Formats: sequence, C-alpha cells, structure tokens
Amino acid sequence: MGRFLVRRLLATLPVLAIVAVLVFAMLRLTPGDPAAVLAGDAATTEQIARIRSGLGLDRSIAEQFVIWAGRMLTGDLGESFYYKTKVTELIGQRLEPTLSLAALTITIAVVVAVPLGVLAAWRFGGWLDRGLMAFSVLGFSIPIFVLAYLLIWAVSLQLGWLPVQGYRRLADGIGPWFRHLLLPSITLSVIYIALIARVTRASVLETLGEDYIRTARAKGLREGRVLVRHALANAAVPIATVIGIGIALLIGGVVVTESVYAIPGLGRLTADAVLARDFPTIQGVILLFSFAYVLINLLVDVSYVFLDPRIRY
Amino acid sequence: MSGAPPPILEVRGLAVALPPGGERSHAVRDVAFEVGAGEVLCLVGESGSGKSVIAQAVMGLLPKTLPVASGSIRLQGEEVAHAAPARLRELRATRMSMIFQEPMTALNPVMTCGEQIDEVLREHTTLTTAERRRRVLAIVREVLLPEPERMVQSYPHQLSGGQRQRIVIAIALVLDPVLLIADEPTTALDVTTQAQILRLVLELQRRRGAGVLFITHDFGVVAEVAHRVAVLRLGQLVEIGTKDEVLRRPRHAYTQMLIGAVPTLRVDPRPSDPDAPFVLRVRALEKTYRDHRWFAKERTVHAAADVDLEIRRGQTLGIVGESGSGKSTVARCIVRLVDPTAGSVLLGDGSGDDIATMASGPLRKLRKRVQIVFQDPYRSLNPRRNVAEALIEGPVNYGMRRAEALAKARELLELVRMDASAMDRYPHQFSGGQRQRICIARALMLDPELLIADEAVSALDVSVQAQVLRLLDEIRSRLSIAMLFITHDLRVASQVADHLAVMSKGRIVEYGPAAQVFAAPRHEYTRALFAAAPGGGFAFAPEAA
Amino acid sequence: MTIDATTADPVSRSRQKAGAEGAAHSAGALADAPPIVGQPGAWSRVRRNLSVRIGGFFLLLLVAIAFAAPWLGTVDPSLFDPASRDLLPGREGEITTLDGETLKHRFWMGSDSFGRDIYSRVVYGTQVSLVVGIATAAVALAIGIVLGLVAGYLRRVDGILMRVMDGVMAIPAILIAIALVAMWRGSLLTVVVAIAIPEIPRVTRLVRSLVLSIREEPYVEAAISLGTPTVKIMLRHVLPNTVAPLVVQGTFICGAGILTEAILSFLGVGLPPDIPTWGNVMAEGRAQFNQYPHNIFFPGVFLALTVLAVNILGDGLRDTLDPKMARRT
Repeated sequence: MGRFLVRRLLATLPVLAIVAVLVFAMLRLTPGDPAAVLAGDAATTEQIARIRSGLGLDRSIAEQFVIWAGRMLTGDLGESFYYKTKVTELIGQRLEPTLSLAALTITIAVVVAVPLGVLAAWRFGGWLDRGLMAFSVLGFSIPIFVLAYLLIWAVSLQLGWLPVQGYRRLADGIGPWFRHLLLPSITLSVIYIALIARVTRASVLETLGEDYIRTARAKGLREGRVLVRHALANAAVPIATVIGIGIALLIGGVVVTESVYAIPGLGRLTADAVLARDFPTIQGVILLFSFAYVLINLLVDVSYVFLDPRIRY
Repeated sequence: MSGAPPPILEVRGLAVALPPGGERSHAVRDVAFEVGAGEVLCLVGESGSGKSVIAQAVMGLLPKTLPVASGSIRLQGEEVAHAAPARLRELRATRMSMIFQEPMTALNPVMTCGEQIDEVLREHTTLTTAERRRRVLAIVREVLLPEPERMVQSYPHQLSGGQRQRIVIAIALVLDPVLLIADEPTTALDVTTQAQILRLVLELQRRRGAGVLFITHDFGVVAEVAHRVAVLRLGQLVEIGTKDEVLRRPRHAYTQMLIGAVPTLRVDPRPSDPDAPFVLRVRALEKTYRDHRWFAKERTVHAAADVDLEIRRGQTLGIVGESGSGKSTVARCIVRLVDPTAGSVLLGDGSGDDIATMASGPLRKLRKRVQIVFQDPYRSLNPRRNVAEALIEGPVNYGMRRAEALAKARELLELVRMDASAMDRYPHQFSGGQRQRICIARALMLDPELLIADEAVSALDVSVQAQVLRLLDEIRSRLSIAMLFITHDLRVASQVADHLAVMSKGRIVEYGPAAQVFAAPRHEYTRALFAAAPGGGFAFAPEAA
Repeated sequence: MTIDATTADPVSRSRQKAGAEGAAHSAGALADAPPIVGQPGAWSRVRRNLSVRIGGFFLLLLVAIAFAAPWLGTVDPSLFDPASRDLLPGREGEITTLDGETLKHRFWMGSDSFGRDIYSRVVYGTQVSLVVGIATAAVALAIGIVLGLVAGYLRRVDGILMRVMDGVMAIPAILIAIALVAMWRGSLLTVVVAIAIPEIPRVTRLVRSLVLSIREEPYVEAAISLGTPTVKIMLRHVLPNTVAPLVVQGTFICGAGILTEAILSFLGVGLPPDIPTWGNVMAEGRAQFNQYPHNIFFPGVFLALTVLAVNILGDGLRDTLDPKMARRT
C-alpha cells in the first residue's frame, strides 16, 4: 500500500512540472517588455531596470525558469507588488475562509446530489428524474454571480434571514460562521450539485443495466439493497472521479463567490490581484490552486482502490 | 397416469406483448409446455425466437415494456404470471432460480463471491452467521470449486469464466429450488469448460430432483442434456416432444431445417489437387506483446509462437482453437493488420515477397493478394457509406476507374447471391447474413489469391451460417481461391477444412489433413477438444435433401 | 492466456465514463466520449428533437436580435446623460446624442449610474456574447481537432502531448483565462483566445479517443487491408464519424465561452468597459445592487436564458447524435 502511494505520487510529478512550466510561461507571454508590464504603468525606468535584474530577465529563459522553480520549491513565491508583503503570507491569511467555504460546499453538494441522482436513475423518466435534469441544465446555465445576487436579493434583502455579505472566523463562534457561510455555500454548490447529480444518475443508470443487477433481482433481494449494495457500489468510481474533477469548477466559482459575498479568502485575493495586475500573487495563487487540484484528484485515485477491488496498481 | 407427480412448471397460452411498431405484435404467443420433477426440458430456437422472454416471464423479471398479455404460469400449482412483486421476491432463489448466459458479467464486481452467495441466505432465511457460512462453504464445494475457503473470499475478477459460472450456479442452488432455469449458460464459455459446466448442472439436477428449463440455440447441447425438447420459432412453439422424437424424427419443417443445418463432426474427404501451387507459406511466425510499465513488472504475452503453415491454391486450411489460442493473431499477422515480432509470411511460391517484414510502401501492392472477412457483420461496414462505395473502395485504390469498378461490383454481388439493387442501399438496411455476403464480395473485388475468414460465421444464426458456408465453398471451387478459415466451432471446421491446424496458447499443437485429424487426433489437447464438443456422439437426423 | 479485458486499466475506463457522462459541459469536466457510429438520416432525427427545437429557436431569436439591434428601439449604447442616472425600469428620461441633441426616451430596463440605457446595452450586448461564444468554439475545435488527430496517429507525440494537456487541465479554466487576459489587456481577440485555450485539451482528448477507437473498428481495418492510404482513411472513415460528438462538444464550448466572458467582464478583466457586454453592464451595477438591482437582473436574465438555450440545444444534439450517451442520459 505504501509503495502504491509512492508510485501514484510520482506519477503526478510530471503533471505538476508541466503546470509549473505553463504558469511560468504564461507570464512571459506578455507582449513587449515583461518587466515594464510587471512594474505597471506608472513605473520609472529605474524601477523597471531593478525589476528586470531582480527577476533575472537578462539571463536565458532556461536559467530564469530554474531560478524561479528553485525559489518556488523552497516556498518563496515572491513579494506582492500591490500588498508589499510576501505572497506566502498573503495566502496564509486568506486560507481559512476559502477552506471553510469549500468544505461546506462540498459537503452540501455530495449529501444532496448523490441520493437525488440514485433516485432519479431508479425512477427513470419519472417526475424526479425530469425535475433533476431540468435543475441540472439550469445549474449549468445560470452564472454563479447572477445566482448569488438572486439569492442575496431574495433571502437577505427581502426575507432578511441571512446576512448579505462578510465572513466570521470560526474562532469567533460557529453560529455566525455558519450563518455567514450558508448562502455562499449554497450558491457555489448549485453547479457542483448539477454536475454530481447528473453523473450519479448516468452512472447508476448504466449500472442498473448490467447483468449483475439482473442476478441480484433474480435472487429475490429487496430493491433498496439492490440499489445501494449492487448499483451504487459499482457506480461509485465515476462519481468519485467527477467529484474530483468538479473541484476545478469549484475553484473557478470561489473566485466569483468570494467577490460577491465579500469573503476575504483566496478567491477574492485572486480577483483583486488580477485587477491590480499583481503578477507574483496571481502566479502564486494559480500554482497553489493547481497543485491542490492535482493532489485532490490523487486522493480520488487512491480512493478507487477502496471502491473497486479490481483496481490494483 | 394418476400416480405421476404434478409438473413443477406449467405454462399455458402464454403471450407477451411487444411495444407497438416492431416487427411483430408479440414476443411470444400461445406458448404451452410443462417441466416435470427431475426432467430437463430444452427450449431451442434461433435469435429472436423469444426463448429468453419465456424464461424471464417465469421469473417475473420482464421489463415493464414487455408485459404478460395473457396466459398462465404455474409454479407447483401457484399462479405466478401476475403475482405481487413481494411474493415473486419470496419465490426467487427459494423455489425457482435462474442462471444466465454471460458469467463474466453476472456477478457484482465489488462484492466477494462468498458475500454474494450469503446474500441469498440472509434475505430468505433466519440462519445465524455461522450456519450461513457453513452452508456457503458446502455449496461451493458441491459445485466443485477448489479451495472453498479462498474462493469465498475472492472477488469475481480473480476467477475464470468457468469458475464464475459455478458461483452463479451455487447462488442459484443454495436454497434448493425445485425449478432451475438456465438461459444459454454455456454459450459464452470455451468448449472444454462448456462440457464441465453441463456435466455439473446435470449432476446437481439429478441429485436434487429439480426440474430444469434449459434454453439454448445449440443442438449439440440439446443432444447432451435434454429429456424433452421444445422448438420455438418467432415466438411460437412449433414442435415439442422427447429428445429422440425431435432430434431424430422431426415433424415440423422448421425443425427439420434447423437440424439439417447443424454441421456434423464427420468429414467427407474432398477432392483437392495435391500439386497445386502454394499460395501462402508461413514460417516461424511469432507475435509477442510486451506491456511496459513504469513502476510495475513488465508483462509478456506470447500471442503466437513458432507458427508454420502452408496453403495451396483451391484449398482451405482451417485453424481451430479456443479464445486466446492465437488464431486471430495469426490471421491478423498474415494480413499485416498487426506487425509480427518474428518469422516470415511468404506469398506465392515462397520465392516471393515476405509480407511480415515489408515496409508500408511496397506492402500496399501485396495487400491485394490477401483479403480478410471479419467476424462482426455489424461493424465491418462503414455505416455512412453505401454498398456500392464500400465495394469499389478497394479497386479504386489501385487505379481502376469508377465505372469499371461498379460493373465488377455488380458481378460480384451476383456471385454472392445478392440483388444488384443493394448497391444504393446502406448497411443498416441489411441483416447480419446479408452484410457478411457484402463483406465477402468486397474482399473478392481485388481478386485475391487468399481469402481469410476470421470467425466469419460465428455471429450468425445456424441456418444463415449454413448458407454462408455453402457460399464460401462455392466461391472456393469456382474461383480456385485458397482459404484460411478461422473458427472455434469444430463442427464448422469439419465442414469447410481440407487441412486443419489446432492451436492452443499461441502454438500449433496439431496439423494435418482434416479427415485424418478428425478421425485420429494425436495431441492430447486435440482429443480433449473433440471429446468436449457437445453432442459429439449424437447422430442427428440425416440432412434434408 | 489472454489478459482479462475487464481488469485492464479500469481507472482510465472509469475516468472516461465519468467524463463522457458528466458532460461535454461547462468548465472542468473531462469529455472522453465513446465513438458513435451514426447513421445517415440522423440529421432528420435531430430536427425533430424537442430540445433541439426549443434551444435552436431561442438562439435563432437571439441572432435575429443581434442583427436587428439598431432597429429595436435602442439608442447608441454608449450614450449617457447625467440627468437620467439610476432610473428605475420603465421610467421616462432624456438622452443626449453625439450631435448634442436631447431626445426623450423611455428606459425600459432602467438606466445605470452614468445615465446609459440598460435596454440598449443589453440588446447590443447580444452581438458580443454570440460572437464570443461562436468564436471560442471555433478556435477551440479547430486547434483541438488538429492536436487530437496528431495524438491519435503519431504514437511518439501522443505521450508528451497528452501530458501537456493534462497539465493545462490541471489549472482551473477560469484561472487560465483570467491570467491570460490580465497580461494581454482585454480586447475581443485576446478574450476569445484566453477562453478558448482551457477548452482545447478536452477537445483534443475527445478527438484522440475517437480516433483510437474508430481505428479499431473492423470497417477501418477492412479499409486498411483494401489498400486505402492513411490520409484517405482519416478523411473518409474517421473524421465523418467524429463530426457528431464534435458538434455536441462545440455547442457546450459556446455556452461556456459566453459564461466565462461574462465572468471575466464582471471581475473587471474582460472586454473594455466601453463595449457593451452583459458582464460589463453587471460589473458596473455591482456597487448599487442594494438599491438598483435592475442593473444586474436584466442582463443576468438574458445571460442565463442564452446559456440555457445553448445547453438545451447541446443536450438535444447529444441525445439524437450520440445514441450511446443518449441511452444513459
């Protein structure tokens, strides 16, 4: 088991390396002088020259990459132009809100989507099925920020049930923490639920057509057991896969959601950094998100071993 | 007779409706039969005859789209045709059980075999965990699986097809049902495994005195297991009687046709010219697959090793073997759809060119001389192109003008007994047998010296099979073409082959004139293969003229 | 003995299955669809499908609106009048043209904080959104098809190419788009390219998997043994059977493109503020949302309906053109 974990970890290294190269390349793709762009519109020639030598832009591309990668691996993501603090510090400050939001969102999404998907597949063509599919299409179509404003308008402004914006730290009490996070989580989870429910339904539907379901029914088993122990158990792998892949959607959504709900997390940091053209921060955040995404999907891969005994690396 | 025990299963006037708009209104109609205690009734029919529908109707497993329109099904006197779902669930596995055709997919991949047998006990009995475990081990032993303790903890993917089917049988019989329905349980298995499973089912049935409704399309199997036989055609029962009556003295014309179409294992020696020039010589052909993995052990598979064969003009070489024996690999190497690892494939007199090692440029010229017909008629033709385009593709590639190619296509369609109007139609408008004829015509468009038929009739019904085989034979003699016929079905091989090669695990274990090999096989694998062919010793009705 | 096909690499198979079902939908999901062997006559089935009709009809309506924008009771979307700021929907007000003329004008959808007519901006915004959506799909498909064919046919390039695609897919799509646009300064071209780039890997994977599986179909092997040269096989046997899944995929990319452009504009890094896009209108209305929600709702509803129509169209196309997926979905 340990050896298998090491193997899977090693298998992700090429992807991580390529991500690093891509992130590095993206910033070198600016037309004109990268240093000038990085320095901003109001920079003096001196500042630009300093940035140039500081970034090592006078050296070859390969050298630059090595230096940059070396710094990154030791945890040095540079200093933010805008905030004038180390990027790693910035990230550290913003971590808790984003993690809270993500955790709550994923929980809501999985708990809601999977049972709905199973039931929709079971009663294929019924009202639940059609309703779920309609909801799913809507979920993919309505932009997150529009949905956010809709919910804010309805729930916070009209009904006054939940606060409009803001974030409360967990340390300050779980009640406020939860109340401030509920609406953002629901907003963010809609698209995630749409995705997971759809895949669950499709996967369970396919499983229900397999021969071993026929065998299970021929054994005289109760329908509930057939659905869970035979159908869902075999549908689990694609569902786990999509939960992992959907994290990318989640990350994109976090940027928008935190902006709308004024949550001081990594998403908001990204949005602000982009507006300010604060490249070190943008770079750092993208690297962090990508690596997290790869690692989460690695976890999903590992989970396969528990879900499907045929998978042995 | 007043002392006779009542039948276990009694079906009267059964009709199952089909959704509107299909080829016929009912899947089955007016079906009536009985299965008595301790007796095996074989339900025979070709694909589409409705035999599986009957089986599922008895178990109550029909989908909602196929309702039981009328009739009665009595299991030990109890009406089950319209029974409540709860009652049906109670009856399943306790009084009636079913085993299915595909053992590879019949078991839940994520549950251990033991758990899957245990489930039946948990659902229907109140035994304790220890008692259930004992019962599970006992039944696993009874189906002759080795190392029951280990079997019980294994997952299905760790077992072979034959072993999985035994587990399925164990699940079906663990609660001693009085009726066992077997829906083509051995069709997907190798010949040797087939024989074992058939023996097992018969033995268990005999021991428990259960009634068996055995569904199959293979008359060899019928000859092996049946006490009584019922013949189905397009949803209606055309004949029913004892095995002897139906197989030896069939009364209905359809039954007679079916039995007539069954190839026997006798080989009539056929006239062939021993000095005809060689068309193909294969020497030391080898194909090895190496699976490179970064962090795991490399896996090597010898799909074919040390294969020597030769074919003369006007003759047919048959290659027989079970799945995995390498016969298809050899065919694909000869046609260069796959690159051989070693060896030579020489066309013509041996002085000619070696297909095996030729580069792709000059290879194109050689491709004309060897053509192949594949197994699956439903995937051998591009669905977007009509028959005319499919046929002329070959000659046009080599420079023939369209008009000429189209004329030739019409000629060849005639040769394969198809109407010229087929030219403008699309593949999906034809049946499997017709598509296969089109593929044969396509292969002949390039005037090849060698025609390879890779399981070309395996996917066809018996009656259609017979037609296509006759056609191939006719072509062989008229065009004086050489043929390499690949099959797993011994009876088919006995009908077409002049020479026979038997393959096992990538090697040729026996090679010689067909008549000789069939009459006196030398290698023990060959002997086992022949012995395992179901119904091998049964003398069917003489072929209808 | 043969290697048991049921155990061979179930991970990639399951990923393929998950991707195929999860959607050739918006950002983040894999799309390794199984090949379809479509039949001639499929296109008439397509025309009869309800989803295709509804989605298609609405999109045609939008195209009509985009073309007819100047004649739908709109004014130049960049016109503003400080006297007509923050008017509620339906109110009358004034608008000053470029020539200095002052017209009376009813603001059906209200006005923004500069005094611009939301209705005009929304109607003209249709043009931009459609152009962005279609252009994104076209670019992503074009590049993806080429790369996919290359990966499917050239074994040696396949490995490294797919690794790079994996790398690109590991970075959430919005982040790539954001980063690229942040560097290049928003213009129509840069926005289209920035949104298309994250969509390319999925198209590549789709084409590659289609090529690999179609190549194994017996009719392709028959063509090889009939002496058909590789390029002809690609054009005659492989590509035609890829058209349908690519059309489906393209439709979904179009929807994703429209959405992403809106998000980029909303975050302030999309097209320049003077070009009226739905995202821009909403971005400008953010600050006064509490008092004047019409800034967000009208463009938001249009946006949602447009993307909804595209997705419904895509679902309908998939159901009719890809029987295997339709059976499941």
